[in-house]
Amino acid sequence: MSEATMTQAPEYVGVADLRRIARELLEAGDVRVVIGWENGRRGARPVFVTDPAAADRLIFDTRCVHNLVTYLNPRRDHVQELGRIGLVVKGCDVKAVAGLLREKQIDPGDVVLIGVRCGGVLEENELPAPLALTEANVAPRCYGCDIREPEHVDHIVGESQPEPPRPIMTIDDRVAQLDALPLEERWAFWTEQFSKCVRCYACRQVCPLCICERCIVEKTQPQWIEPSSHPRGNFSWNVTRALHLAGRCVDCGECERFCPVGIPLSLVNRKLQHIVRDRYDYVVSEDPEKPAPIGDYRLDDQQEFIK
Amino acid sequence: MSDFEPRITAFVCNWCTYTGADLAGTSRLHMASNVRLIRLPCTGRIDPLFIIKAFERGADGVIVSGCHPADCHYTSGNYHARRRFAVFHDFMEFMGIDPRRMTFSWVSASEGAKWKDVVNETVANVRALGPFDAYRALAPEAVETWPADPGTAAAVPAASGGGEAR
Repeated sequence: MSEATMTQAPEYVGVADLRRIARELLEAGDVRVVIGWENGRRGARPVFVTDPAAADRLIFDTRCVHNLVTYLNPRRDHVQELGRIGLVVKGCDVKAVAGLLREKQIDPGDVVLIGVRCGGVLEENELPAPLALTEANVAPRCYGCDIREPEHVDHIVGESQPEPPRPIMTIDDRVAQLDALPLEERWAFWTEQFSKCVRCYACRQVCPLCICERCIVEKTQPQWIEPSSHPRGNFSWNVTRALHLAGRCVDCGECERFCPVGIPLSLVNRKLQHIVRDRYDYVVSEDPEKPAPIGDYRLDDQQEFIK
Repeated sequence: MSDFEPRITAFVCNWCTYTGADLAGTSRLHMASNVRLIRLPCTGRIDPLFIIKAFERGADGVIVSGCHPADCHYTSGNYHARRRFAVFHDFMEFMGIDPRRMTFSWVSASEGAKWKDVVNETVANVRALGPFDAYRALAPEAVETWPADPGTAAAVPAASGGGEAR
């Protein structure tokens, strides 16, 4: 990247409001912890603020890529033990909260949402200072994001934000490239990608919506998914993980960001979003009242593939 | 590949397709013998993982079949299954699996003849595609756990023919 494109992002205007709201919530005892972002040694990182005096550690800028809704996942009962949570959320993160509410995994009263108006984040968060977004550094998932202004939140901070820039290669472009390949080449592509998998399950652990207390991959009687890291079990695992998120995935991209071997999981997830959009006119929403496509049905659903 | 006999696993619902297949049998309809039936309460009970598992265990093709819409014994199991398998069907194609290896059908208890057609068509499709070696190559050292070879080639009619009661 050339020096000219490495412009620092202007300071995010809502940060003072963010800190004030967090402090007030903690002081009033409305919440026991506020989960947001702070400056760490290697860039922005999640922080748990329990002391009102520490609310000034909170930041928001283009490095705040993490989807903190993963801390609301009912699997993380050690977080819930802290007490009522105040959570700082971007627009995409609100969709994940809606997913948990829709599936009755959390109660609306469990959490106070502090929404930030977001104009996109960087792909790389480990930077000493936030950069202005360009087509080269923006997280590809931000392109096409439809929430500049989260509605289903308790507080909102920041100025209204511009649309994120279009990345050089969008996720949709990459999915379309794969779609255009012959079957055998797609098979070769995916089996090669999945053969890299080391079965660390980071994709599952970080996902805000992988909510099963006991994952099917850990069930042994019968053993549905082979646990050792070889191509056949890896294929089964990756396909199953994706299908369990069909119509639920909010495209926060955390699975791909956390994947230590770089499997392009966002392509898998995006393809499933296309499938439910094309077949069931469903676009993942921040409204918890809107039913998810799997688990719902219509009498006149398409069935052209059924004899 | 003239001596290739496809191995087909069929996941069928108890109330419609299993009974339909039974009718095909009692009606002495002549059909390919490459299919092994697995009877389940409802298509809604069929997890896409079953299909993955069938391929893992050496199936060359899979059939999923149940009650027609509005006929489900449990009112809505087949509607849920329809969505699930629509997504699965499209997603498997994205993964690079030929959708012709997977047949989805509605076969009611009275449609023995339709079941025969579904079986023969699927066997013909999979026969044309050849063995699913691409999937087996994912674990070449694995031991296949599949019962003895389905009938001899002579016992299996050409997919286009057959069907007359004997």
